[in-house]
Amino acid sequence: MSEQLVIDESVYKEIIAHSFELKPIESCGYLAGKNNHITKLYKMVNIDNEPDHFSFEPKEQFAVLKDSRANDLQLLSVYHSHPESPARPSQEDLRLLKDPNMIYVIVSLEHDTPDLKAYRIVDSEVSELTVSIK
Amino acid sequence: MKLKINGKESELTESSVSVIKLLEIQKVDMPDMVTVELNGDILDREQFESTTVKDGDELEFLYFMGGGAQ
Repeated sequence: MSEQLVIDESVYKEIIAHSFELKPIESCGYLAGKNNHITKLYKMVNIDNEPDHFSFEPKEQFAVLKDSRANDLQLLSVYHSHPESPARPSQEDLRLLKDPNMIYVIVSLEHDTPDLKAYRIVDSEVSELTVSIK
Repeated sequence: MKLKINGKESELTESSVSVIKLLEIQKVDMPDMVTVELNGDILDREQFESTTVKDGDELEFLYFMGGGAQ
C-alpha cells in the first residue's frame, strides 16, 4: 500500500491558483503540516523565473523553515508546477531534488484540468504517494 | 560542545569541528546539495571545510531546492 498524503482543500486551491497565476513560469513553494497532513502553504519566489525551471532563494528558505518551526509545523513537501508537461519528476528534478525526507508535489497544467501528484525521491528511486484532498 | 542544529539542542564529544565534518556527523549524504546558515549567516560551500563550529553555535541545514520540467 502506498504512502498517503493529505492536503487541506484550501491549501490545494492555493497551490493550483499559484500555478495558474505564474503560468507560463513555474510556480514553487513549501508545504507544511504534520504527519503527512498538509495544512499550510508557503509560496516561494522562483529565482530562475523560467517556464521550465525553478530554484528557491536560500535566505527565503531559512526564513520559511524558522516560521514553520515557530508555528509548530514541519516542512513536509516542496511543490512546483510543470506548465506544459506531465505531473511526474523530470530528468532535471531527479538530478536536483535530493532531500530524502521531502515529499515532492508536482502540478501539471498541461491539460484543461490541473493534475497534482506527489512523490518521494530517494537515491533517484521514485515512489508515488496517494493524495487525498480534504 | 553544545550546538543548536535546526532548532534542536545537540551535544558533540568534539570541542570543535569543521562544517563539512559536522554534516558528515549529521549523516548528510550530499553536502554539495546543502545550504548552511551559521549564527544567522549563510556560508558559501567553499567555506564548509575551512569554517569551524564551536560551542554555542547555531546552525541550520537545508537542501538546495530546484528542478525543471525537462
